[in-house]
Amino acid sequence: MTTRSPILSLRGIQKSYGPIKVLHGVDLDIYPGEVVALLGENGAGKSTLSNIISGTVQPSAGDMTWLGKSYTPTDPRAAMDEGVGMIHQELKLLPKLSIAENVFVGRYPMKAGRIDRKAMEDRARRGLHRLGLDISPDRLVEGLSTGKQQLIEIAKALTLNARLLILDEPTAALGGEETQLLFQQIERLRTEGVGIIYISHRLEEIRQIADRIVVMRDGAKVQEFDSGDVPIRTIVEAMVGRSLERMFPALPTPTDEVTLEVRSLSSPSNAFRDINFFVRKGEVFGIAGLMGAGRTELVRAITGADPISGGEVLLRGKAITPRSPIEAIRNGIVLVPEDRKLQGVVLDHSIAENIGYANLGEIAASGWLSSRRIQQFAEDYIRKFGVKGRGGQNASELSGGNQQKVVLAKWLARKPQVVVLDEPTRGIDVGARSSIYDLIMDLARQGVAVIVVSSDLEEVLGVSSRIMVMAKGKQSGILNREDANDVSVMELATI
Amino acid sequence: MAALAKTHDVVGRRMLPSLRGATGPLIGLIVLCVFLTFASDKFLSVRNFLNVLDQITVLGVMAVGMTLVILIGGIDLAVGSVMALAMMVLGYLNIMAGVPMWLAIPLALLVASLNGLVAGLLITRFNVPAFIATLAMMSIARGLANMITDGQQLIGFPAWFNTMAIVRFGGFLTLTVAVMLVIFIVGLLYLRYRHGGRSLYAIGGNAEVARLAGINVNRATVLVYVVSSLLAGLSGMVLAARLDSVQPSSGVSYELDAIAAVVIGGTSLSGGTGGIGGTIIGVLIIGVLRNGLNLLSVSPFMQQVIIGGVIVLAVTAETYRKRK
Repeated sequence: MTTRSPILSLRGIQKSYGPIKVLHGVDLDIYPGEVVALLGENGAGKSTLSNIISGTVQPSAGDMTWLGKSYTPTDPRAAMDEGVGMIHQELKLLPKLSIAENVFVGRYPMKAGRIDRKAMEDRARRGLHRLGLDISPDRLVEGLSTGKQQLIEIAKALTLNARLLILDEPTAALGGEETQLLFQQIERLRTEGVGIIYISHRLEEIRQIADRIVVMRDGAKVQEFDSGDVPIRTIVEAMVGRSLERMFPALPTPTDEVTLEVRSLSSPSNAFRDINFFVRKGEVFGIAGLMGAGRTELVRAITGADPISGGEVLLRGKAITPRSPIEAIRNGIVLVPEDRKLQGVVLDHSIAENIGYANLGEIAASGWLSSRRIQQFAEDYIRKFGVKGRGGQNASELSGGNQQKVVLAKWLARKPQVVVLDEPTRGIDVGARSSIYDLIMDLARQGVAVIVVSSDLEEVLGVSSRIMVMAKGKQSGILNREDANDVSVMELATI
Repeated sequence: MAALAKTHDVVGRRMLPSLRGATGPLIGLIVLCVFLTFASDKFLSVRNFLNVLDQITVLGVMAVGMTLVILIGGIDLAVGSVMALAMMVLGYLNIMAGVPMWLAIPLALLVASLNGLVAGLLITRFNVPAFIATLAMMSIARGLANMITDGQQLIGFPAWFNTMAIVRFGGFLTLTVAVMLVIFIVGLLYLRYRHGGRSLYAIGGNAEVARLAGINVNRATVLVYVVSSLLAGLSGMVLAARLDSVQPSSGVSYELDAIAAVVIGGTSLSGGTGGIGGTIIGVLIIGVLRNGLNLLSVSPFMQQVIIGGVIVLAVTAETYRKRK
């Protein structure tokens, strides 16, 4: 391997967004015919790095060399012309067009001012064959399995003469068979001398496919293994590392009384299957797992936001399985959703109105209300939760932390029994986080059963009495606080 | 000082929520009236003002329903046809079948409401886009209206019916104008002071947030389309009284006038902001403009061009103001 020269070399790549540095000088070499696994937790900088290589994002500092020449792609098209193919996690194919059209969209082969359909189909067919796919290029993309679509994305990159492929979580949506098919094709490309950067959270498959492993953490390359055959525990320790301890408030002691119980709950889309757990009165119950493990879907189902296909939800021993948010709210089960801006607040409406919307029934007991009544009602909660803003201000003018307090405030006015928080501090700066943690502990102290879903390991570990870990839609274990640490959780999450 | 001014602004916005975003159109309306006062000596008189009120009754009643629909981020293209259908049902029942008016009117309104019910269910249960669902209802209602008399007009309502649109009680209000004013007030109060009315703002602002907040978005959506159709039917009753006859070709493209009035009044087509206050101003702008242009003997074709220009002006002024 050392005798060959790398296809791509990165030296000291940095990236900052304003004052926030997300990449701290990364060095990386990719040689022809090797699969390099790029690993790290969410937010470690893997996506930024691959976006820089594929031209979507420009580095703030550092040099890139492509086949011996300086390489500074200004947009994805330029990168593609050089021979860098990026296959995104979410597929970017046009379902109503044929495979051939998808492969060549934006760069159709022309002949005499017209699209040369024959050349287009021939070249697409060759690309498909190279991957061992026996599908007609005339076929519409719609209706093809996710795995096939994934391969068509790769065929597209190959037809454009890609020398380097970046695969961002290619198996996230694939079944076992499709994954094996993909791996066979990756193997084939490796023998043809294509360099591959492989990003995945599934550590088990890294062993099978990777020649080298690069682990990133907090925007820097922290470790490199010259073989794919590294124990998972070692990789996880490198990914998690040791970072600054954050301050978490003391946990209240939960009572023995069970408030919420979930029995063999399943979703119609199979996002989660056969989930069983209970939460006590005054307990903070954490749910951990990687992206796509089904955590959000699970808590949305418990709060009536998404449908349930099997199993039941019990509140203090009584089956109440909610079929709509209204039913859940009536039973005192409320959700602080994952995406504040899309699901939590109406951005162009005022803080007071946002708090009011969940409480119109209480504000308007007789059905009549006025802006002043809404305002007065909201002011109490704005003060109680220390929201930095006035009732008349639009929610869009608030910081993320204050918006989150508004979402919490609108629910707490209803004195819920179960509060579910999905990624409560995502996109909220560190200072504001501790006040959210304080609010969570206050809730528990008042006897609310709290569920916290978080991708932030430290956060889940810091606030939960018990933690359920999910992987690929199933619960892989429930850990008591004493047994839970970053390694034990990550091991369960990557099963 | 600046902070103080900002606080005042915020307070002002809160105190007049139904006029929020409609101050621009209000200024426009005043400018228009001042201009017409100078341009035509017939414009500024009580009689002409009452004329304008009479002329906007049909549009006014219809635009209230359209405001609710647009507020939740929807659109109702069927109102013009639904109006014609309600009129033809009224004519059929009263003139051809001899059903007394006190029964024929509610039945006609019921038929109109059913159109909205169908549209609302198509939108909520079958996820048909509002544009398509109401486009279909527009065609269906128009076809049904024509089928009743095979396209013929009907005359022969009882004599008192027409007087509702002509006789001015106390020298001031015709019954039809009174109906419009009542609808305006009810709409205004509903959106400002009722639980259900405030929920519509939440739905238009972000339907998913509203749903997760425990608002029954589907039920509210169906109700809004039912009310829109009901008011379209009611505007049909008003027009029938004014014309003392019904014909199935009535109300063609009225839905577009109603949308124009709502949009001129500052209600956003994407939903969530606006209100009846703005719509009343929008309706008045269109009414005053038509009246004034008639007084100035501007040709009807030219009037269409000018009204189109006003829509562009109103909406661009509003977007510009917001960006600032």
